[in-house]
Amino acid sequence: MTTTADSAPVKRRVRTGEGWGSYFSGGVIVLWCLLPFYWMMVVAFRDVSQTFNTTPWPTHLTLDNFVAALNTSGGNNLLRAVGNSLLVSAITTGIAVLLGVTVSYALARLNFKGKGFITGIILAASMFPGVALVTPLFQLFTDAGWIGTYQALIVPNISFALPLTIYTLTAFLHDLPWELEEAARVDGATRGQAFMKVILPLAAPAVFTTAILAFIATWNEYLLASQLSRPNVEPVTVAIARFAGDNPYIQPYAAIMAAGTIVTVPLVIMVLIFQRRIVAGLTAGGVKS
Amino acid sequence: MQMNESVAAPAPVKRRRRSDNRAGLWLIAPALLVLAVVIGYPIVSAIVQSFNADRAFNPETGFFEDGGFAGFSNYMHWLLQDCGKGMNSCPPGTAGSQFWDAIGVTFLLTGITVALEVVLGFWIAIIMGRNLWGRGLLRASVLVPWAIPTAVTAKLWAFIFAPQGIVNAVTGLETQWTTGTWELLTAVIVADVWKTTPFVALLILAGLQMIPQDVYDAAKMDGATRWQQFTRVTLPLVKPALLVAVLFRLLDALRMYDLPAIMQGNTSGAATTMSMLVTATIREGDFANASALSTIVFLIIFACAFLMVKGLGANAVAQAQPDQRTVGGGKQKKLVAVDTSSTKAMVMPREGGK
Repeated sequence: MTTTADSAPVKRRVRTGEGWGSYFSGGVIVLWCLLPFYWMMVVAFRDVSQTFNTTPWPTHLTLDNFVAALNTSGGNNLLRAVGNSLLVSAITTGIAVLLGVTVSYALARLNFKGKGFITGIILAASMFPGVALVTPLFQLFTDAGWIGTYQALIVPNISFALPLTIYTLTAFLHDLPWELEEAARVDGATRGQAFMKVILPLAAPAVFTTAILAFIATWNEYLLASQLSRPNVEPVTVAIARFAGDNPYIQPYAAIMAAGTIVTVPLVIMVLIFQRRIVAGLTAGGVKS
Repeated sequence: MQMNESVAAPAPVKRRRRSDNRAGLWLIAPALLVLAVVIGYPIVSAIVQSFNADRAFNPETGFFEDGGFAGFSNYMHWLLQDCGKGMNSCPPGTAGSQFWDAIGVTFLLTGITVALEVVLGFWIAIIMGRNLWGRGLLRASVLVPWAIPTAVTAKLWAFIFAPQGIVNAVTGLETQWTTGTWELLTAVIVADVWKTTPFVALLILAGLQMIPQDVYDAAKMDGATRWQQFTRVTLPLVKPALLVAVLFRLLDALRMYDLPAIMQGNTSGAATTMSMLVTATIREGDFANASALSTIVFLIIFACAFLMVKGLGANAVAQAQPDQRTVGGGKQKKLVAVDTSSTKAMVMPREGGK
């Protein structure tokens, strides 16, 4: 016992360093992450004449920018773009999950010849740069008359959504209690029954998380969509990137911020609701625990 | 620490059954077939196209005809800037003359953003791992930049960096952030760091959380300072997760497109990345050269991934958990032996947007 130990009751800390410095750092991180997002919303709700006003809190409140963002007279059609994005992302995610579930089951559960090779192929596919697809797909889709159709957006999206799905799901399925499947088999269930009645309910959260990640990845895709779509089918990322105002030489920032808010806030809410799952999904393959 | 069976290396306990072989084939075939159609076929067609000349109008026959075999001329167009009249014959301003600039811009952006994101991501991960009041808020706010689509991020930061925008207003500068090369690169780097550092931080945090507390306790008992704990315990043990994060970011940064393209409003301005040069060439209708460029970009990115995996030991195919052991004895200088040869992490880019 040292003499200083009894001068004050020593508080036990789980880990060292929860001092003011940590709180200061945490505050800086929160501000750095949220301030740009906050600024987008402040400007979205601010009168267009005050767009460059630097007052940090909401002033000159109005909904005019949202009206301008949704206005279709200037060649913009944000609502339609949102619908396009929903459709394309939902179909892509559905296809990717349907095809991915069986592969992930096989990779996580079965022990078959060429498994390492298949894993390698999936890996290579998931690292594959989308930009290498742009040129050939542009030509193929032009020849097929597909430019301006939904399938011209869904097909290339599968190229990254499917490998992503397979990887995330395989990492998740690995950690399932597979003994239960064995137990069901011992009790007389067929392999299919054991999968449907025992494993699938247990795997449902993993499948759901994977679907969220694939959906977000598809929703955020821009490069392929910007080259392979026409205004009638363009997703919301392309619509916002080429959002035009009345004057072609002036960026309609206030309306764009409003459009950004419309597109982003539902996504952010969804991400915050499923926060734990998403973090688990993002890191599932990166480290194995 | 329990050992999980890994995807790549079959666990010795499990016997390979014949029914597994057949079932595996049937379960995997549909997805592989789809991948072959959506990735394999376009790639093969791009490679074929890259060795052919563009379809052109033949005045003698009056038809558009296939250009025929063109050897490596489309590749020479980029690598030697050969626009038909020998080396460096591409006039300034054309896509052909921008190739090496685009390579330089891409690697510059990649180097700076990945370095910043790893350092900041590490810092954020350490703070997030601490037992702070309000930790939930911290973890939630970190996900916000990640969730926002890159296209919206680009517009948001273009607004923040606008001539009359908040950055110039607060700093008193009159910088034209979206026109000059260096100004634009700075703005793109800031936006990219904002958008993707959270992802890096989450991956590193997951790695940090796998380090057992007793390793730190042992280090402390042996009198290791905070700095020694960081360099001798944290860094080696988090290395697999860190390398995976770096690899993800590297591959993603090398194909950077959305941020610079949207922030400068076109794809052939001051800061043109490799990906932007591809779309600029497509817009010129120059498909043979665009195919060659696609293939070059693809090869560059794969070469970088390969070097990263081989050189730094981010073992991509095999995956297992980091094999962490504390060496007994307690009084040894070397507290923790990390068997890096078996620290394998599974690799997959999982961010949105390519």
